[in-house]
Amino acid sequence: MLKKMSYSSLPEDVLEHVFSFVQSDKDRNVISLVCKSWYEIERWCRRRIFVGNCYAVSPRMAIRRFPEVRSVELKGKPHFADFNLVPEGWGGYVYPWIRAMAGGYPWLEELKLKRMVVTDESLELIAKSLKNFKVLVLSSCEGFSTHGLAAIAADCKNLKELDLWESDVEDPSGNWLSKFPDTCTSLVSLNIACLGSEVSFSALERLVVRCPNLRTLRLNRAVPLEKLAHLLRQAPQLVELGTGTYSADLRPDIFSNLAGAFSGCKELKSLSGFWDVVPAYLPAVYSVCSGLTTLNLSYATIQSPDLIKLVSQCPKLQCLWVLDYIEDSGLEALAATCKDLRELRVFPSEPFGDEPNVSLTEQGLVLVSEGCPKLESVLYFCRRMSNDALVTIAKNRPSMIRFRLCIIDPQTPDYLTLEPLDVGFGAIVQHCKDLRRLSLSGLLTDRVFEYIGTYAKKLEMLSVAFAGESDLGLHHVLSGCDSLRKLEIMDCPFGDKALLANAAKLETMRSLWMSSCSVSFEACKLLGQKMPRLNVEVIDESGPPDSRPELPVKKLYIYRTVTGRRIDMPGFVWNVGEDSALRLS
Amino acid sequence: MSPPLLLGVEEEGQSNVSLMASSPSDCISQNVSGLQERNYLGLSDCSSVDSSAASSLPVDNKNKLNLKATELRLGLPGSESPEREPDLSLLSSGKLDEKPLFPLLPSKDGICPGSQKNVVSGNKRGFSDTMDRFSEVKSSVYTEKNWMFSVGPDSESPQSVGQGKFPGNSGMNPMVRPTGAQQAIMKEMAPNALERSRPAANGTHNKASASNNNMSAPAAKAQVVGWPPIRSFRKNSLATTSKNNDEVDGKPGPGALFIKVSMDGAPYLRKVDLRTYTNYGELSSALEKMFSCFTIGQCGSHEAPGREMLSESKLKDLLHGSEYVLTYEDKDGDWMLVGDVPWEMFIDSCKRLKIMKGSDAIGLAPRAMEKSKIRN
Repeated sequence: MLKKMSYSSLPEDVLEHVFSFVQSDKDRNVISLVCKSWYEIERWCRRRIFVGNCYAVSPRMAIRRFPEVRSVELKGKPHFADFNLVPEGWGGYVYPWIRAMAGGYPWLEELKLKRMVVTDESLELIAKSLKNFKVLVLSSCEGFSTHGLAAIAADCKNLKELDLWESDVEDPSGNWLSKFPDTCTSLVSLNIACLGSEVSFSALERLVVRCPNLRTLRLNRAVPLEKLAHLLRQAPQLVELGTGTYSADLRPDIFSNLAGAFSGCKELKSLSGFWDVVPAYLPAVYSVCSGLTTLNLSYATIQSPDLIKLVSQCPKLQCLWVLDYIEDSGLEALAATCKDLRELRVFPSEPFGDEPNVSLTEQGLVLVSEGCPKLESVLYFCRRMSNDALVTIAKNRPSMIRFRLCIIDPQTPDYLTLEPLDVGFGAIVQHCKDLRRLSLSGLLTDRVFEYIGTYAKKLEMLSVAFAGESDLGLHHVLSGCDSLRKLEIMDCPFGDKALLANAAKLETMRSLWMSSCSVSFEACKLLGQKMPRLNVEVIDESGPPDSRPELPVKKLYIYRTVTGRRIDMPGFVWNVGEDSALRLS
Repeated sequence: MSPPLLLGVEEEGQSNVSLMASSPSDCISQNVSGLQERNYLGLSDCSSVDSSAASSLPVDNKNKLNLKATELRLGLPGSESPEREPDLSLLSSGKLDEKPLFPLLPSKDGICPGSQKNVVSGNKRGFSDTMDRFSEVKSSVYTEKNWMFSVGPDSESPQSVGQGKFPGNSGMNPMVRPTGAQQAIMKEMAPNALERSRPAANGTHNKASASNNNMSAPAAKAQVVGWPPIRSFRKNSLATTSKNNDEVDGKPGPGALFIKVSMDGAPYLRKVDLRTYTNYGELSSALEKMFSCFTIGQCGSHEAPGREMLSESKLKDLLHGSEYVLTYEDKDGDWMLVGDVPWEMFIDSCKRLKIMKGSDAIGLAPRAMEKSKIRN
């Protein structure tokens, strides 16, 4: 009689082989819930973990469950730390993780950190303990210096990738680049664009020359333009290049040298850098424009005509980051040329000015939404907007996934009708059914949140500032957005009611940030006491928040966790979940 | 709850979602109403409140009620910081509620009192007038972490009275004053308004607002912490870029200039945006509020306005008279005493700040004076 074959009786290694085709964390998590044996098999073959909030789980727990991980990604501070809302010393220290992984993951290959405090000690520990370490990505991190980098350079024999994306690196003088041994030939990606001070050019050049697989090189501002050509000729295989400073005296020999070097880079797909750009040198890159898919001009202070000339030669462009110097006219040219555009970010050149300094309005975005059928990700700083424009954009691009609009003056209404922008954003969430990320701005009432709660079912991250009128607004979001993971709110009149009424929702989310809102201390305490799997942290630099319980809490950060209160809170952070005195010494 | 109709059809009336009714049973709303009856205030642990709990910084000078605006005092976060700037005409100091241990958040004031749409922007003003709940409410005071203080206009008179400064409540040891003589009642329902005024001294971006000019003085504009949402890395990069382009554009560089401030003995450092200050006095006040005792001497305060050079004797007095001094690392990597160069030169060359003990800084004085003499 044939034995009925069930999935659970498949041999382990077969299952493991099958699981290896499943890379997504979510799917892996689902697999692990099928049955105990699948849980066991899966946990032994998971190779990468992503911890979106480093305080949600302890390193020990992670290592215990997934013993064979090769790649770890961690995020620390809340997103609003990018905008100086989180005081220094708040936390996000990676050292405990590194210490644990030094023992638990000796074969760790990749570490990707975002918004974490990384010390030189941590870097040295990595270099010393992880023998097969290959990839280090420090995105918006801080706390380390070039001493730590020197340790990585010297001891990580198989280093493939070192990426310091917009990190804050102390630069004591020290020639860390030359610490890469001559035997190091494995570099594939090097991003030092954020380094403030000079690096030894000769060390850099020697490194570039001996790493034939180098495909990404992002230089820092201190590398002069005159030397760029030389570097390019040593690495014509580059796929991604970040220039250093893009200015030099106007000399035809420098220009022709540069243009010649660029024309030798047949694989170049991504360009960035362009600090202090002198427009006369831009044509040097024209030869590579036809192949460019990514262009980051967000530090290039050049005017619209030069931008148009550049962009018009990039028909394959998929991702453009640019300053608002591009103006509506430039965006029109973009829409006409770059039919493959997926992502557009327009940054403000003078965000603190009172008056617009460029002719960039909602029209530019509307034109791009009309002309670029694949547009799915937008970050747009501007000074005026209308509901009509937003409705048009929504209808043009229902496939939008990320929509972040920042109208620079808070609470700016529709400039045509002077009404709130509720209807416009409502149209966005109604038409763009796959919208995952949304940032609001302008004048907004509770109505917009009603729309969001009703329609934005796939929304995972919402950023709100100076919006809404009452707790109803927050309630709509918390009760309606089924996929919500991250919610960050500043300066909105949201208080206790919505928060307490939706307390259970908070456990389904990664985190909630509320600053300058109307949440009372009692509500925080209640939440903390009733919800043991949430850390309810109050940030208050002026003193214990319970001393002034009649005042709203200044900053509130709530996140789910399985490890309870964290032990590294500084003096100005209180975990209000305990019944005992707030401040445990 | 009926979904709102979009696409041009205006929905009349309010959505009639009631919080309690629509919440599923897995919320704790039911408990909330019951529990809220209890007196949480009575349960608050006053004993846990003591000045040292607030921070591990050395506690100094808690109870000076000296009102001299120019005297540098020490405002430890969590300790009482005496009233400053009595010249602010808007603020009724009677409302200032000085509790012994905490900086002052008088009970009537709130972090988010209702909004008063700022007068700077004409169209917002027009809009705000149509919203009942906004019109009667006071402006809130938003200052950025760097302590640029601004006066909010009160709702009756659109003109901002005086361009003085007073502390805000955005984080560290604030002294929040109720704005204006009107009610500074926290309105839960009203959104917060951005308080936007720049100090009058910083003439760069002054402009007259469309309507409701603030008298003849240009509208001052402060920056709210966290808004607009631009990363420091970008702000600093653009600031440097525009500095380089100054000759071309002919206007001073905008943007922020964040530098780190550390202090001997303090567990963590701070960041300040130098561009939000216009003189040493402002910087010193701000830092005073962030850290505990230090002084950079009476820079300019007893002298003619604008005179920021420290005389030789003053430097000596400074170092012998105070416990902490403010120093900075300049572009050459040298540590200098703050105050020995004109302000503009200072912010151009300052890379980081450090508050160190006076005794450690004695050695800096001669160099500072030399450099100062050279420049003279």
